[in-house]
Amino acid sequence: MANANVLEGTPHEAGRSSWPQEKVERKVAPAPDRYRNAIGKYKIYRSAACNSCGRCVQVCKYGVHKKPKGYALTLRPEDHLCVGPACSEQGEMCVAACPQKALKIRLNPNADAMGDPRWTSDLIISNWYQAETGHTPPDYLQYRHGESGGGFDKIRFKFEVPGTGYTPPEPVPTEAIDTGLDLNRSGDGRPQVHIDIPLYGGGMSFGSVSIYTILAKARSAAAWNTFSCTGEGGYPDRLMPYDDHMITQVATGLFGVREDTIKRVRIVEFKYAQGAKPGLGGHLLGDKNTPEVARMRGAVPGNALFSPFPFHSVYSVEDHKKHLDWIKEVNPDCLVSVKVSTPTDVDMVAVGSYYAGAHIIHLDGSYGGTGAAPDIAKKNIAMPIEYGIPKVHKFLVAEGIRDKVTLIASGGIRTAYDAMKAIALGADGVVIGTAELVAVGCVRCACCESGRGCPRGIASTDTELAELMTLDWATQRLVNLQNAWHEQMLDILSRLGMKSVRELCGRSDLLCYLGTPGQTKTL
Amino acid sequence: MPDRYHIKTVATPGRFYRVGKFGEVDWREDCSRCFDCVKLKCCFDVYKHETEHNRDPRTATQPLYECKACMSCVQGCTKGLLTLSVNPEYLDMGDEYWKPDVLFTTWNQADTGKIPVSGAGYRGPFHGFGFDSIWTDMSEIVRPTRDGIHGREYISTSVDVGPKPMRLQFTPDGALVESSLKVLELPVPIVLDVPAWAVRGAELAEARARAAQELGTIAAAYVEDAAKLPAELLASVAPVVGCADVSKPGKQAEGALKAAKLVELLDGTDDEVAKAVEALAALNPQAIPAVRLTLVPGVYGRIVELAKRGVKVFHLCADPHGCEVLKGGAQGRHIKDAIRETHGKLVEAGIRDEVTLIVSGGIALAEHMAKAIICGADAVGADTALLVALGCRVCAGAHALSVHGGAKDGAAPCPDCPADGVLAKATEDLQYAAQRMVNLMGAWHSQLIEVLGAMGIREVRRLRGEMGRAIFMEDIEKDAFGDLEQVPEEVNA
Ligand code: SF4
Ligand code: SF4
Ligand code: SF4
Repeated sequence: MANANVLEGTPHEAGRSSWPQEKVERKVAPAPDRYRNAIGKYKIYRSAACNSCGRCVQVCKYGVHKKPKGYALTLRPEDHLCVGPACSEQGEMCVAACPQKALKIRLNPNADAMGDPRWTSDLIISNWYQAETGHTPPDYLQYRHGESGGGFDKIRFKFEVPGTGYTPPEPVPTEAIDTGLDLNRSGDGRPQVHIDIPLYGGGMSFGSVSIYTILAKARSAAAWNTFSCTGEGGYPDRLMPYDDHMITQVATGLFGVREDTIKRVRIVEFKYAQGAKPGLGGHLLGDKNTPEVARMRGAVPGNALFSPFPFHSVYSVEDHKKHLDWIKEVNPDCLVSVKVSTPTDVDMVAVGSYYAGAHIIHLDGSYGGTGAAPDIAKKNIAMPIEYGIPKVHKFLVAEGIRDKVTLIASGGIRTAYDAMKAIALGADGVVIGTAELVAVGCVRCACCESGRGCPRGIASTDTELAELMTLDWATQRLVNLQNAWHEQMLDILSRLGMKSVRELCGRSDLLCYLGTPGQTKTL
Repeated sequence: MPDRYHIKTVATPGRFYRVGKFGEVDWREDCSRCFDCVKLKCCFDVYKHETEHNRDPRTATQPLYECKACMSCVQGCTKGLLTLSVNPEYLDMGDEYWKPDVLFTTWNQADTGKIPVSGAGYRGPFHGFGFDSIWTDMSEIVRPTRDGIHGREYISTSVDVGPKPMRLQFTPDGALVESSLKVLELPVPIVLDVPAWAVRGAELAEARARAAQELGTIAAAYVEDAAKLPAELLASVAPVVGCADVSKPGKQAEGALKAAKLVELLDGTDDEVAKAVEALAALNPQAIPAVRLTLVPGVYGRIVELAKRGVKVFHLCADPHGCEVLKGGAQGRHIKDAIRETHGKLVEAGIRDEVTLIVSGGIALAEHMAKAIICGADAVGADTALLVALGCRVCAGAHALSVHGGAKDGAAPCPDCPADGVLAKATEDLQYAAQRMVNLMGAWHSQLIEVLGAMGIREVRRLRGEMGRAIFMEDIEKDAFGDLEQVPEEVNA
């Protein structure tokens, strides 16, 4: 909706932070794996028959084999760069070329040990590829979808599937495509907030993840003119240079929520529920509540912190409106987002939130989430986001208010294709979480909650583990990932003949479903 | 307010050989003996425990059971000598219903009694067979007086087993007819049921009975096993007995029947059941008669029939995969569909609130309990899961598990099955076995509360048949994706 006071698409100065804001460059640069041995899809075995003749070094187009000048022996192959058997289609391959028959290529057993149906090892490895290079992964990796047998993994854009009778339109040159989104569609006179890509970073609290993870998310949000979110653990001072790209989350525990943390941002998010543990409050295990975390949250170190569910001041839509009004009063220039999970009546909840004055309705589906949650909740409680989006979108359309509110989807958006499918199903944009963690090295081992926390230093406040990565590296990985996704979004829109991502919203006619929806599985 | 029901769990490490999910291949010949070897830095001390194990193989833990596949060592090793792979022995465990991950989480829950918690979202298939195509609802805002599962509020998990007359009955002179009021309140909607196949025995029955006593619930046991139990446990045991055997039980069996609060009769002819109910009433007027029925299509017909004759408690036994048992042993629908139908038919017949349905077979995880209740069960029976708690790996061939209905009486357990030796050993130490069962049920109970809490339902009685508070895959997919063009699956293969 056009707003009389604000030019559509131009950021309004009102509501910007008074603190000096740091600019982060939107520049792709290589950011290789921070571990010594990167994991790829294939593994190369070189036998003792090798006499270091160097033939493989000449043959390989991907820099897998190395024998630096002056070295007598070939180095251990960098097998994560290897594209596998497909290599032979592009010319001679090391395995065939080796005069000693010393080389073998096999699927990497390590890759097999990583991943699961939702996040396959191909998805993890291709995410790492994007974070390392900043570009769309090669086709030998299945980077578009997982293998979970439902939801996004069964949905394709028609152009991906031969034989749908779909005739692609004239492609639009990518330079002419806009992936930006205006978040204030209410026409209520509050400032417009524009983001350059239709996605922003999900809330992860300090305490559940390390300070570097939080800062890197904020910095890449700044680089891409979008947002990251504090989560419910308070607002670390080190985030202040990125105020304009932060969302302050107000959650049921109200940990660290203060007037100034509400005043300094452009979006405030009310978290009613979260997908990973819908209907249950947040839970920070005592081990992770270090003195620093406790200070931020105004709590006692070492104690497990529970945030209750639900808000104890909200038992009706009227109470809910009072809540939003309170925030709007404290910060007259901010937009208000309401984050809810996906119960059976999620459509009613969305409409209620709209009438209570929310600018953004953020649906968090049940399969996503990054923090520790009971397994039973993650798998069974509330519906996956793929069901929630069309349900809410259709209802908002029927109510005649769809174009007055921004609908954001999260909880299981793993790839750029997932994001675009979510938009085609009816969302305006998406929020990502796990994809960002994977980019900075998460292997989805799921032990974020145990003892010292994440063994890879991402979801950990243990000082030794947190030092496993540097801020610059993590920022670069995230900037790269966004770039790779942006590339794919442009490509998809171009193929669909669209000039703007806004045209895609609700275009489920461009999607198709593999098989018959609703078919039960047999043993 | 009554005292809050609490299950006392005690950490009880398993004494059986555990199959870990990951195996590590270590190319030691090339090792450079780095002073800061990645093996020293494993956050879970996997290698340290491996060393201990190598020094003393009798140590209980199997080192690789603990590896979480964080890849830190694999990726960090100076010379790249370490490789992780999925342990094929792990993948071989169980079957397509009792999946390796189900066994794994059950072992862990029986160890600690705690709810399994992990990070990084859900990891499994989008939806699957049986219960895996139901999601439970949650309540967003409108719900007074709830303070989370850790809060002040009491969420009741009690259910009533027994005839529930719609009105009280009085004699002409105004006295209450007592027999109309026999209800047994179980503090958890779970009975500990006999295993579905031939690993029965008095020891296992005793472990179950002890666990049931601790939990305040009931353990089912064949009457010949029940007869061997110490007298103080008998009140927690529901003897499973043939109709004819009630009229003339042996001396010991008579003791068990006399002490029981609930007796499960094996179905017979109308006449046989009626006689058995009568005989039981004479022997033990306080005992609630139940009939144990195999879950077959149309089982509700039998329930309506028996209800007319005064039996109000039914224990429906599905096969170990939670399926109806068809003629010739084929597998029918899953309990999710069968119970929904049964529940609906009993509502139609106007007797749903009078009767109690206990459903067992295929209740493998805590969520299955919640979902079975949503589909219309009053309570569930845990059977195979209790064996798993003791180390059973549900190795299909061994116990005629593939034969539907399982219990092939007298079939000798497979001599190769590692679980058998383990079960025998486990049950030698009854306290150990009982405690692991208690732990598992404790974890299930906490998870049930999570589900109820999320839904904003304060007692499990109100969960029964609440299908409107569940999301069924068949329906929601049609709503959500019905308008998408369908293409054959092979197109994208
Ligand atoms: S081509 Fe074969 S022998 Fe030559 S360096 Fe490569 S692996 Fe060794
Ligand atoms: S513990 Fe594992 S799943 Fe959790 S953030 Fe770290 S690497 Fe990812
Ligand atoms: S993969 Fe991780 S948990 Fe497993 S042994 Fe290596 S460092 Fe330890």
